Amino acid sequence: MTDAYIVGIDMIPFGRYPSRTVVDLGTEAALLALDDAGLSIRDMQALYCGNLLEAHLMVGQRILREIGLTGIPVVNAANACATGATAFREGVIAIKAGFYDLVLAVGVEQMGRGLLGGGTRADGFVEEGVLGSSTLPAIFAQIGMDHSRKYGTTFEQFAKVAVKNHHHSTMNPKAMSRRETPLEEVMSSEMISWPNTKLMCSINVDGAAAAVIASERAVRRLGLMDRAVRIRASELTSGPYTPSESALPDFNLVSQNCAQAAYERAGLGPNDLDLVELHDCFATAEIVHYENLGLCANGEAGDLIDRGETTLGGRIPVNMSGGLLSKGHPLGATGIANLYEVTLHLRGNAGSRQVHGARIGLTHVCGGTSGRGSACAVHILEKA
Amino acid sequence: MNAEIPITPLAATSYLAFAADGTPHLVGSLCADCGCVAPGPRMACAACCARGSMKSIRLAERGRLHSFTIVHRSFPGVTTPFVAAVVELDGGAMLKGTLVDIEPRWEALAFDMPVQIVFRDTGQRAPDGRTFISYYFSLAASPS
Ligand SMILES: [Zn+2]
Repeated sequence: MTDAYIVGIDMIPFGRYPSRTVVDLGTEAALLALDDAGLSIRDMQALYCGNLLEAHLMVGQRILREIGLTGIPVVNAANACATGATAFREGVIAIKAGFYDLVLAVGVEQMGRGLLGGGTRADGFVEEGVLGSSTLPAIFAQIGMDHSRKYGTTFEQFAKVAVKNHHHSTMNPKAMSRRETPLEEVMSSEMISWPNTKLMCSINVDGAAAAVIASERAVRRLGLMDRAVRIRASELTSGPYTPSESALPDFNLVSQNCAQAAYERAGLGPNDLDLVELHDCFATAEIVHYENLGLCANGEAGDLIDRGETTLGGRIPVNMSGGLLSKGHPLGATGIANLYEVTLHLRGNAGSRQVHGARIGLTHVCGGTSGRGSACAVHILEKA
Repeated sequence: MNAEIPITPLAATSYLAFAADGTPHLVGSLCADCGCVAPGPRMACAACCARGSMKSIRLAERGRLHSFTIVHRSFPGVTTPFVAAVVELDGGAMLKGTLVDIEPRWEALAFDMPVQIVFRDTGQRAPDGRTFISYYFSLAASPS
C-alpha cells in the first residue's frame, strides 16, 4: 500500500462572513490549497467535501461549478465535529487503496450565532430545561464535572486551558480572537454552564480549509517531497457502548479508541509527538482529551495544565493555533484546519508560534450530540 | 352541563409511560444476556449486540447524582438557571434530566447525592390541549 501525503494545504482566516456563502468560502480554501501544491483542479481525480449544515445541498459539486466542472467523483461528508476530518480521511483511503494519485479535500462551514445542540421535536415539546440540557456547553460541562468527580479537577484548572489557548492565538493571524485573557478574566466572564464560562467556549465562526492529498508516486513525479507531509495514521471511530451513553454522549472512549488505533497504525506512541491539535470545543474538553490521547496518565490532566507542559515551550504543546477556543470552530472546516496547523509546524513555517524541530504531530476532532452519538477522528502526521 | 372529561396526558419522553389508572412510570429494557439496562424499548442490545434478549422492565425511581452542570445560558425562551443532571438509577440505567426543588448553585450539590424521580406537569400543552408530563430529579431525604 502506498503512503499518502499532504502536498498542499491552507485555510482562510476564520471569522464572520455574513455576506458570503458556503460555496464561496469553500472555493477560496480549495484554490489556496491547490496553489500551495502548485497544482490545478485539472490534476485532481476526486473531491471529498465536508460540510454539516448544508449536508444535503451538494456543496462539493457547487465548489466545482466555481473552479472547474471536470466531472470527477465528489463525495459529500457529514459527521458532526469530525466532518472535515472524515472527508479528508476518505481521500486518504482512496489514495492508499490505489484508486487515485491526487485528490482534493475541502472542509467548510457557515455558522449561525448562538448555542449549538438541541433540535426541535415533531410534537412541539421543548425538552430543554425539562429533560436537563442538550446545549453543547452543558454537555461538555457535565463531562468536565465527571472528571472532577473522579480526580478533583478544579474550575481554575479548566479555566487555565482558555488562558493558554488564547495566549497561543496571539501568534496566529488566522484566528478569530487574538488576545490574552488572564485567569481572573476567564473565571469571571459570563457563566454559560458551570464550570464553562464564555471565554471557555469555542466561538461560532465561518471558515474553510482544504488539502491536496497525493500518493508517493505522485509526490515523486511532481518533485514535491520537500514540502510533503506523510500521513502516518488516519483513524475514525464512532461512540461505543458505555453505561452512561443513554444520558451523556461519549467523547472519552471514542477518543481513546481512535487514538489507540492511530498509535498502532503509525507504530508510534504519545511520547513521539512534538505537538497536538486537539478538540477544545470547551475548556473542559481539552482536560479530558489530554488523558484520552495518552498525553498524561489518567487523573494527571489537571497537573499537566498547572505545570504548563502543554504551553509553547512545554513538554507537549497543545493547540498552538489557539484552538477552537480562539481560532473558532466552523464545524466542517475544523478537521482540516487542524491538519493545516500541524503541517505548518512540520514544514517549519509557523512563525513566532513555531514548535522548534517538530517532526511528528497529532490532530484530534471529536463531537456529537445528546441522544444521538459521537464521532472521533485522529491523524498523525510526519515531516517527510 | 357537560361533565369534565379526563384527558389522557402526553409523555415528555419515549421512556415514560402511564399505567391504566394514569400513574406515570419509567420504562426500560433489560438484556437477559449481559444484564445491561437502557431507557425505553430497544430492538437489540447496544452493549452486547444480542438479538431477542431485551425484555421490558420498569426502571427504578431512585438513584444517585452522577454528574451535573448549572445551565445559565440556554436556548431562547428557556428559564435559567437550572441544574442539568446525569443520574444513575438503582439497577443501572443512566438518565439525563433536570434536578428540581433545589437552589441552582454548584455549592448546593455533591456527587452521589441520593436522588428520587418525581413526575410533574411540565406546563407545556399539545395543540389539542393535552398536558405533557415529565420526570424530574429531586434530592431524596435518605440514602437510597
Ligand atoms: Zn446485552
